Amino acid sequence: MTNPYRTQNIAFFFLFLATLLIVVPVGLILVVIIQKGLPAINWQFLSDMPRQGMRAGGIFPAIVGTVYLVSGAIIFALPIGLMAAIYLSEYAKDNVLTRIIKLAIVNLAGVPSVVYGLFGLALFVIFFKFGSSILAGSLTLGIMILPIIITTSREALESVPYSFREVSWSLGASKWQTIRHIVLPNAIPGILTGTILGLGRAAGETAPILFTVAAFYLPQLPKSIFNQAMALPYHLYVISTQVPNVDEKIRYGTALVLLVLVLFMNLVAIIIRYQFRKKKKW
Amino acid sequence: MRKVKEFIIEKLILICGLASIFFVILIFLFLLKEGLAVFKTVSPFAFLFGKSWYPISEPARLGILPLILGSLIVTLGAAVISVPIGVACAVYIAEVAPAKIKEVLKSGIELLAAIPSVVLGFIGMVTLVPWVKHVFNLPTGLTALTGSIMLAFMAMPTIVSIAEDALYSVPRVYKEGALALGATHWQTIHRVLLPAASSGILAAVMLGIGRVIGETMAVMMITGNAALMPHSILQPVRTLTATIAAEMGEAVVGSEHYFALFAIGIVLFVISFAVNVTADLFLHRRKI
Repeated sequence: MTNPYRTQNIAFFFLFLATLLIVVPVGLILVVIIQKGLPAINWQFLSDMPRQGMRAGGIFPAIVGTVYLVSGAIIFALPIGLMAAIYLSEYAKDNVLTRIIKLAIVNLAGVPSVVYGLFGLALFVIFFKFGSSILAGSLTLGIMILPIIITTSREALESVPYSFREVSWSLGASKWQTIRHIVLPNAIPGILTGTILGLGRAAGETAPILFTVAAFYLPQLPKSIFNQAMALPYHLYVISTQVPNVDEKIRYGTALVLLVLVLFMNLVAIIIRYQFRKKKKW
Repeated sequence: MRKVKEFIIEKLILICGLASIFFVILIFLFLLKEGLAVFKTVSPFAFLFGKSWYPISEPARLGILPLILGSLIVTLGAAVISVPIGVACAVYIAEVAPAKIKEVLKSGIELLAAIPSVVLGFIGMVTLVPWVKHVFNLPTGLTALTGSIMLAFMAMPTIVSIAEDALYSVPRVYKEGALALGATHWQTIHRVLLPAASSGILAAVMLGIGRVIGETMAVMMITGNAALMPHSILQPVRTLTATIAAEMGEAVVGSEHYFALFAIGIVLFVISFAVNVTADLFLHRRKI
């Protein structure tokens, strides 16, 4: 008969190996991008226009474009997402409608990003005649990050103890007053975390902006929300597949800037969450 | 006055609460509006099972079977790699890892989920593609296998985090009961915990696969984009998602090609809808 403890050791070793197979490549990817991208980063790279058919110069317009797009997306998605979260956590009853709303959120989160691109093209670019523009791209990205904002905000709202609400009601406050002055202030760190995660997601996505806003190359910065714009993820795609003979350094540099931007936002979100958990009064 | 204000606010909140349903329906309607027009020229059967995709030849041949098979091959390959590794990693994090290492591992997985797909596609191009070309001695490293490996990696965070949740939510008494009967920790894991968490783990696998089917940028950059019937995993293939992303820029609005790309969008939407609803059913069965 085999020794069960030996079997256990062998099994645990394989589990450990599987974990390494995931975690080590993640580390390697980060190290490679930082190592090869860092030499490309200087002030000129960050603040200059692309030159010589994007084979030299900087990535300034792509950074600006991404900032515009992400801001637009959050302006659209945060109010709707937050109110939807308030509805689900404070008003919704346990019935079929609530079940359908939750299912719709799950589905919205699962729709392939390129399908969001098609949708944005059909609705905003063509039907509403916004053309390929920052407005169309922002709205598309906004709908895409809606599920993230709703889910995290709802968790934050629901983690505020029920007794807080009861005390407020017993003092004569109405339902909305209670939400506005008691529930929301206590849920702000969680909502902030969700918003930042949504920002990070919007900054990194390429497929939804392919047909709704992204420009291959623009000689100037966008002047209004009805202009096209360059964007970091699309720029990385363009210089790694569409333009031949781009210096490796520029590719890695662009990848590094995008990665740092996205990971920085995630890091901020993680820190806020951590601080909040530590300070929690209940 | 205050009553009126509250009434308006509460109605506004209700409307926003319904927004998700509204957007899902809106997405589906607009895909239908633009996509169904293709069936005036091609029958649904010929569209789904036609073996050649030459959208800009005269007359256009719009059969998406090679694209469906391309997606299928890449997805199956990714599932074969990511499911065992992902579930094993989830078990390790949930049951075996010491508390401190657990937090590090979880952040590592979260980090992976946060890396934009275009960055992973780029890294795949410069590292994985030459490696596959060299190891299998191929004319090109842009193959279905390369895509599978990269996508397996992208499905991991979904599989690990949901499977881990499923393992955590197994009632503690199950584990204590097994240990009290003299089972080792490993026997408890694979005879008690894994079966008890099976529907959650199944949901994790489905959602991971859903992510793989919908993934666009990385797949477009490293699978070679050849819209031909695939015969082997070491050939270039083209997936449904990559076809839309690569060709929509050139398709003339209102042309047959444009409608066909939207029809592919309908196919993708229906697949992701089916995957998510089924996974949701599994997750809810677990809670009862």
